[in-house]
Amino acid sequence: MTIRGEAYIAGAYEHPTRHAPDKTAAQLHAEVALGALADAGLARADVDGYFCAGDAPGPGPASMAEYLNLKLRHVDSTELGGASYVALAGHAAQAIALGKCDVALITLAGRPRSEGVATGTTPRVRDPNQPEAAWEVPYGLTTANGYAMCAMRHMHQYGTTSEQLAWIKVAASHHAQHNPHAMLPEVVTVADVVNSPMIADPLHRLDCCVISDGGGALIVVRPEIAKSLNRPPVKIIGAGETVKHLAGGTFDLTTSGAARSGPAAFAEAGVAPADIKYVSIYDSFTITALLQIEDLGFCAKGAGGKFVADGNLISGTGKLPFNTDGGGLCNNHPANRGGMTKVIEAVRQLRGEAHPAVQVKNCDLALAQGTGMQLGTRHCSATLILERK
Amino acid sequence: MTRNIPAPAATVETQKFWDAARGGRFLLPVCTACGKVHWYPRAICPFCDSGKIEWRDASGKGTIYTFSVMRRAKEPYAIAYVTLAEGPTMMTNIVDCDFDALRIGDKVAVVFEDSANGPPVPMFKPV
Repeated sequence: MTIRGEAYIAGAYEHPTRHAPDKTAAQLHAEVALGALADAGLARADVDGYFCAGDAPGPGPASMAEYLNLKLRHVDSTELGGASYVALAGHAAQAIALGKCDVALITLAGRPRSEGVATGTTPRVRDPNQPEAAWEVPYGLTTANGYAMCAMRHMHQYGTTSEQLAWIKVAASHHAQHNPHAMLPEVVTVADVVNSPMIADPLHRLDCCVISDGGGALIVVRPEIAKSLNRPPVKIIGAGETVKHLAGGTFDLTTSGAARSGPAAFAEAGVAPADIKYVSIYDSFTITALLQIEDLGFCAKGAGGKFVADGNLISGTGKLPFNTDGGGLCNNHPANRGGMTKVIEAVRQLRGEAHPAVQVKNCDLALAQGTGMQLGTRHCSATLILERK
Repeated sequence: MTRNIPAPAATVETQKFWDAARGGRFLLPVCTACGKVHWYPRAICPFCDSGKIEWRDASGKGTIYTFSVMRRAKEPYAIAYVTLAEGPTMMTNIVDCDFDALRIGDKVAVVFEDSANGPPVPMFKPV
């Protein structure tokens, strides 16, 4: 049993807003849903499966299903943090393969910027029933210093430098200059990154992603429906997901869940890292992208610093063009969750609809990789491999 | 230490740990079935599934596995993972130290720091 070739991404839409104080989260979800349907050439009445995660207002899928007035025969609100939408595309393919739905809608939206959330630098509110809460809350764990501890250990273990990490931001900025919606469209240099204020050693301000409002949506359909539509077909050929955690106090912070979700997706797709023409890699911080690039097998473990340096991630010049929309580091990070925009830019690349300045030539195979929650403690990881048919 | 340390919430699984902490004792959960020490403490061994967990006094010694000084905070503080002499690696803070002199691999020893309206929490200082 496999999902390879059982479903296609027929619609993809990224909300152009980066600051939406005049809209509700539900409204943004609805706008991206309608945008993705229009992109596919389908109507709301065609949707019979709805997929969402923790950013959807209310518990589970019920509130948004009602707001959109959907008539559904399949729902899935698996919460994997920022990785959710990468995983949900695979879940939609599973549901379609089993005949549970024909047209799956996946939405993401949120307004952390309008709500003034200090996403990275203040501790997140915890459910006291989380069994680890008492062992982390007293120590001032934030998003930034959790990821910073991964970076510090990677530097110690493998000799990775701040300058090498900075190249990830530099590459993203080279792409963002062509994106009219990007929050940070200015090209930056390695010196700009390492001279920006230190947030949590060794991560500087420019090692961190933006905080933005916005959202995105995907439409996943049966192959027969995809072929009836007037859009370049993007086939789902492999998916993997996992949770990586502290394992009772026996862990390696230099490895992400991509080390498990990646090989699972490659095995299902029947392709290897060397076959991939374009990658979307979740980049909440520069170190986030570095760990996943290694764990997906694009270079040896520990060699990521050398691999990403000198523009190797820049489309047109580097060997592994990544995040050609500018990614979370420069473009947007809607609802503090980067997975959705990763899939959307991979779809654009496969359709040949990325900005001409960053479009990868003959892009027939792409990978979208997401992680969710906290690489410094426990996180979810999802990998999706897509093919231009 | 000037940072306000949020109080840990004790549960029926961990009450003994926090009671001991109030007396300055650092306990570790040891599985009497497989002999392993795990972290964070829980009633069921994550390695062998046994429920035979005993609290034993720790040596209080460890080494810094990784750390990060939160420069962006009003009062910078050092979050860290320390690998305990007994085996597991735990999240903590490094205190009573020169932040700029901290290095991975440094030897540290446990100290208890008061939390706001809660039990003292285990932190570490260089030795």
